Amino acid sequence: MSEIDLSLYKGICVLAERTLDNKLAGVTLELVGAAKELSKQLSGEEVNVLLLAGNDDVSPMIDEISAAGANKVYLIQNDGLKDYSTDIYAAVVCNVIKDKKPSIMLIGATTTGRDLAPRISSRLNTGLTADCTELAINEKGLLAAIRPTFGGSLMATILCPNSRPQMATVRPKVLPKPEPDHSNTAQVEKLEYDVDASIARTRVLEFISSCGTSSCLRIDEADIIVAGGRGMKNAEGFKVLEELAQVLGGAVGASRAAVDAGWRQHCDQVGQTGKTVNPKLYIACAISGAIQHLAGMNSSDIIVAINKDPEAPIFQVATYGIVGDVFEVVPALLEAIKCGQLTACR
Amino acid sequence: MKIVVCVKQVPDTADIKWTENNTMIRDGVESILNPFDEYAVETAIRIKEAHPDSTITVLTMGPPQAKDALKRCIAMGADEAILVTDKKFAGADTQATSRTVAKAIKEKGGNFDLIICGQFAIDGDTAQTGPSIAEHLCLPQVTYVKEVEHSGGNTIVAKREVEEGIQKVEMQLPGLVCMVKCDYEPRMPSIKGVMKANKTQISEVSMEGLGLDPSEVGIKGSPTFVSRAFRPETRNAGEILNAANAKEAADVLIEKLKNDKVLV
Repeated sequence: MSEIDLSLYKGICVLAERTLDNKLAGVTLELVGAAKELSKQLSGEEVNVLLLAGNDDVSPMIDEISAAGANKVYLIQNDGLKDYSTDIYAAVVCNVIKDKKPSIMLIGATTTGRDLAPRISSRLNTGLTADCTELAINEKGLLAAIRPTFGGSLMATILCPNSRPQMATVRPKVLPKPEPDHSNTAQVEKLEYDVDASIARTRVLEFISSCGTSSCLRIDEADIIVAGGRGMKNAEGFKVLEELAQVLGGAVGASRAAVDAGWRQHCDQVGQTGKTVNPKLYIACAISGAIQHLAGMNSSDIIVAINKDPEAPIFQVATYGIVGDVFEVVPALLEAIKCGQLTACR
Repeated sequence: MKIVVCVKQVPDTADIKWTENNTMIRDGVESILNPFDEYAVETAIRIKEAHPDSTITVLTMGPPQAKDALKRCIAMGADEAILVTDKKFAGADTQATSRTVAKAIKEKGGNFDLIICGQFAIDGDTAQTGPSIAEHLCLPQVTYVKEVEHSGGNTIVAKREVEEGIQKVEMQLPGLVCMVKCDYEPRMPSIKGVMKANKTQISEVSMEGLGLDPSEVGIKGSPTFVSRAFRPETRNAGEILNAANAKEAADVLIEKLKNDKVLV
């Protein structure tokens, strides 16, 4: 590989992500918070956020980024950037990196981020570390990107010493969101780039929302998850879990066994072939706790396990375990929550 | 349609144990075809069933024993297999791996229309190799795909699973898709398939055969390296709440959750 002058690369750039309903994705603020912490160990190098958007009003997003503590927002607005496209976004982000030369580039490990980041790193011939759960600066001033591998059974610290930017995608909801500081004002730098929409070789024909109602909460966004496994017996069995999730303002998750049986949709599956979640409270109902399931939920703050089998591996990771029948315990729990008029803390 | 499926042989992560020095204890750990790659192979076979003039080439980069994974793909229904193997490939990160695999597809994959990869390998779990192969070959991509429709012509339509739901994405060919878990399960190899796999000659290609330079592959061609590996802090088992009946158990749990400031 050809040598590059590393001293030309400075600062941390966070790629902002917008949700389909054009709001700032939570992970963007988490990344700004993490970047501010890293910057302290890099003599206060700048933390800048790259925001690609259509021509709609972006001021609410800029306010949020500002309050998270960013120094600058690089703003590129163009109709061709309204919706995410791998080809268009990769071209624009690569151009910005070539011009602004950040030393570190952070991207959310969402479906969008993990689609885009490898295109950029491969085009720029630099290193990318996937799905990090912790970031640090090592004694040489390099980004130490820390991530789980082998289904979470081993952690690896990965360095990118000789190429720039040092890129990482970071798992959402793992790093804390910074407390908003409205006294901070990020400078907005509008960047002009030609955006050629004709380079897009893919086209979204249709979008089908996974929820019938707008009140439906996604498991990767929920602070509380009530999940069921094979022991829920059938699709009907999940009704009681839905009720519990509803009173707690949470979402319903499922083990692979429950999804494979056709009782729940794959988008609700927690674990290795499903989603990784980090809620404040995870209630595992009649889930035995195969290692592939544990890999997807064992970083939850509090885990409650309810299972008939006292030997079930789920009890090895549970903060609180109840050995009993879910069809007795969950209704009792529901009753007690309703009687006590309890709600989840926000 | 000419299809290339990229696969990886992985240790079954459910069986993995580690020594104190964080090296894997290989004894008793089965090497398997990466589960997401099984969906990739299955998807290719389904396209071939709908378009019988299609051919399926499976390709892997790995040590000689990775042939077993290729044989399984043939037994499932793939037509031919290529093993990209060289000691110099050892230590490759996703960048060096994707560069090598992309070169192999270019040199040996013929006039392909569609490349199908698994979204993740269950060992490394990066989800980077597929998109990076697409980048090295200047191809369009669709990731997180759970179904591929091809109704002839120069495009496919992929169902893509994103956080908010399902997108239907049209992609121009040639192109690359990365598969997640599908609504259908990968088929088991038939006895006839296994016999065919045993008879099929797997072609092998090395670094020199691909015209790659040692600086482009393996550890030398990798911008990243693992500086440290360590076991995660294990989560300790908490307490079992003893109670006479379900109601009492529920009450004890609620008190705990109130103390933890989860419920008010």
